[in-house]
Amino acid sequence: MTDETLTVEIWRGKDTGRFETYQVPHRKSQTILDVVTWIQRNREPALAYRFACRVGMCGSCAMTVNGRPRWTCRTHVSKIVGSGGVRIEPLRNLPRIKDLVTDMTPFFEKWQAARGRFEPSATRSEPMASIPSDDPERRIVDAGIECINCGVCHAACDVVTWNPDYVGPAALNRAWTLANDQRDGDRAGVLKAVSEVGGCHACHTHGSCVEHCPVGLNPTAGIAGLKRMTLSALLKGSLS
Amino acid sequence: MIEARLYLLQRGSAILLAPLVLIHLGLILYAIGDGLSAAEILERTRGNLGWAAFYGLFVLAVAVHAPIGLRNLAREWLAWRGRSVDATTLAFGLVLLALGLRAVWAVIGVGAGDGA
Amino acid sequence: MIRRAQRHLGFFAALGHRLSGLFLALFLPAHFLVLGLALEGDAALEGAIRWSDQPLVKMAEWGLVVLLTLHLSFGLRVLVLEFMPWRDSRKAMIGLGAAASLVVGLLFLFNLG
Repeated sequence: MTDETLTVEIWRGKDTGRFETYQVPHRKSQTILDVVTWIQRNREPALAYRFACRVGMCGSCAMTVNGRPRWTCRTHVSKIVGSGGVRIEPLRNLPRIKDLVTDMTPFFEKWQAARGRFEPSATRSEPMASIPSDDPERRIVDAGIECINCGVCHAACDVVTWNPDYVGPAALNRAWTLANDQRDGDRAGVLKAVSEVGGCHACHTHGSCVEHCPVGLNPTAGIAGLKRMTLSALLKGSLS
Repeated sequence: MIEARLYLLQRGSAILLAPLVLIHLGLILYAIGDGLSAAEILERTRGNLGWAAFYGLFVLAVAVHAPIGLRNLAREWLAWRGRSVDATTLAFGLVLLALGLRAVWAVIGVGAGDGA
Repeated sequence: MIRRAQRHLGFFAALGHRLSGLFLALFLPAHFLVLGLALEGDAALEGAIRWSDQPLVKMAEWGLVVLLTLHLSFGLRVLVLEFMPWRDSRKAMIGLGAAASLVVGLLFLFNLG
């Protein structure tokens, strides 16, 4: 295994650029991030890429690997390489900065547009809200709360590609957890925000986010939940 | 808000259309079973208010459902957005409604027999 | 071009749903106009139906019936995914259910054809 070499193609440049090919020693339990780091340290010091924790918690190392968005620190080379090599590109659906680094600004701006931030209903001097962990709403929140903001679902989503207004699965997944959070002070505001142009109703239920989410979340189900919630708010007249 | 309303119309018409399409498909298969003829169709439909209501509702639901789908398609695949695409798809819906109701009238309308 | 990240059941169901809807929408005005011929008398409608007996037109009609079944199946998939409680494992089943109903529709047609 250690004698083998991998043929790795990496995108160099911004919107225009080219794939450079590198020969990298194939090691046991090697991840895609290990490969990129090896190239940066031994072959291409100017290679730009982003990572931090290396253990699948920070969500900063996502890239397109052989056509699919993936978290590279938890993607083993042996899982990717069949008979061919490895081709690594920046994430889709985001502006490129250099090489493998994308500008995440639009991604987080869309979180804000979907009101994907907690609005407190109490101050710090008040007692903590006590919500039992088996509360039905809390269970819904728990199912969606582990998002690491890696942008993989955003890159995988066809509607994000087709519709520049669409806030995307990650932002809507966050909105869904807030719409079910009893501590949030403006849950009606979440429903209004996701009913704007580019909100939850733009989703066409392809399920690419579910297919690709590295932590196994199900944004499609959450977005469907938002559709039901906004529909009932619309019928009750509380959406305007 | 407008998107939520269009979503309601789209899914609402879809829920209505699902059983109507099933019946329509069944009718197609039944009708072509022994060959299709105008006399056979018109004998079944003419003056039948039940079929008039069925297909009138069908046409109405389709005239709501199809333009919203086309609007999504135009916005996403052709990058055609703004008022012009809204107006065009709305006009398409009105044309569907007019032609559809005319068709229902043609095959069911009591006064529209031979030479009428 | 269909990218690798798109090669999964949900994408193909959505693509089939959209394309079948597009063709049905384009066909509807013609369908309504032909039925409207009955206003000019039974003979006019009969003429259009006899015209449709040509093999090529017959095949196109068969295609439309298949498209309608397809659009219905994939539409029901969307309604189930959006309005019914479901879990991850049920997604594939729903896709398969849609495909199965399509196969049933095709078999039905072959039997009658």
